[in-house]
Amino acid sequence: MAADALSRVFSALADPTRRDMVARLAVADATVNELAEPYDVTLQAVSKHLKVLEDAGLVTRTREAQRRPVHLEAEVFDLMTKWIERYRREAEDRYRRLDDVLRAMPDDDHPTPPQTGANR
Amino acid sequence: MTISTHEVEITLDPKVPLVRITREFDASPEKVFRAHTDPELFSQWNGPNGMEMQVERHDCHTGGGYRYGMSRDGEEYWFHGSFHEVRPAELIVQTFTWEGQPDGVALEKLHFEDLGDGRTRLTGTSLVDSFEDRDAFVASGMEVGIREGYERLDELLAR
Repeated sequence: MAADALSRVFSALADPTRRDMVARLAVADATVNELAEPYDVTLQAVSKHLKVLEDAGLVTRTREAQRRPVHLEAEVFDLMTKWIERYRREAEDRYRRLDDVLRAMPDDDHPTPPQTGANR
Repeated sequence: MTISTHEVEITLDPKVPLVRITREFDASPEKVFRAHTDPELFSQWNGPNGMEMQVERHDCHTGGGYRYGMSRDGEEYWFHGSFHEVRPAELIVQTFTWEGQPDGVALEKLHFEDLGDGRTRLTGTSLVDSFEDRDAFVASGMEVGIREGYERLDELLAR
């Protein structure tokens, strides 16, 4: 289902190595060997990371030739970024309203007089 | 992953299903705290844009609880929770449940950090049961367009 798909994208990107791979693929397609180069890990480990990214729909690998370059599906990546961005904006709107409330509050260091009941 | 601007920073923790939201305010921790504990003030800013907020109760002290509703276009959504630990100008620990899914509960912590010069850093964390819940929770923060978003993702992934 869609929620699982989103979850797979999120968790695929939760790993710093995979995030780094995605960042590099955003610049250009690359082979597994090229991707493995900067990391101190085995090709197998890199392939495993790629599999996770592939399952999440974030990258694809062309069948053609032995090179089989890895390609970033930028649209899927953008979509997820947009999701977080909207969430962030929602929080931003809420906190701007809090800014307004704080500005309207009297400037005192002593706490508000106790209200009726055990409110604070 | 962290998407930050000058204003709000959102972090999705990779190890536990947790969202962290950080924001600084030009007000003392006492003031920011009071804007959370005073029901009147709280209802003035909390909740998504364009939604009517109705606070049924908001007893923000250790052992207290809250219940509020949001409505828009005749649709009502109710939420409730308990205040587990409340320390003035320092910390609020509370649970959070959307009544449409009563078995689901998030554990939320709000830290009020004094930055001096009448500034406060507010850090809110929300811990849920699973990564699926966390991601759905982040996604549901958007309401508008989320269905279209899912459909678009389905389309993209189906290709």
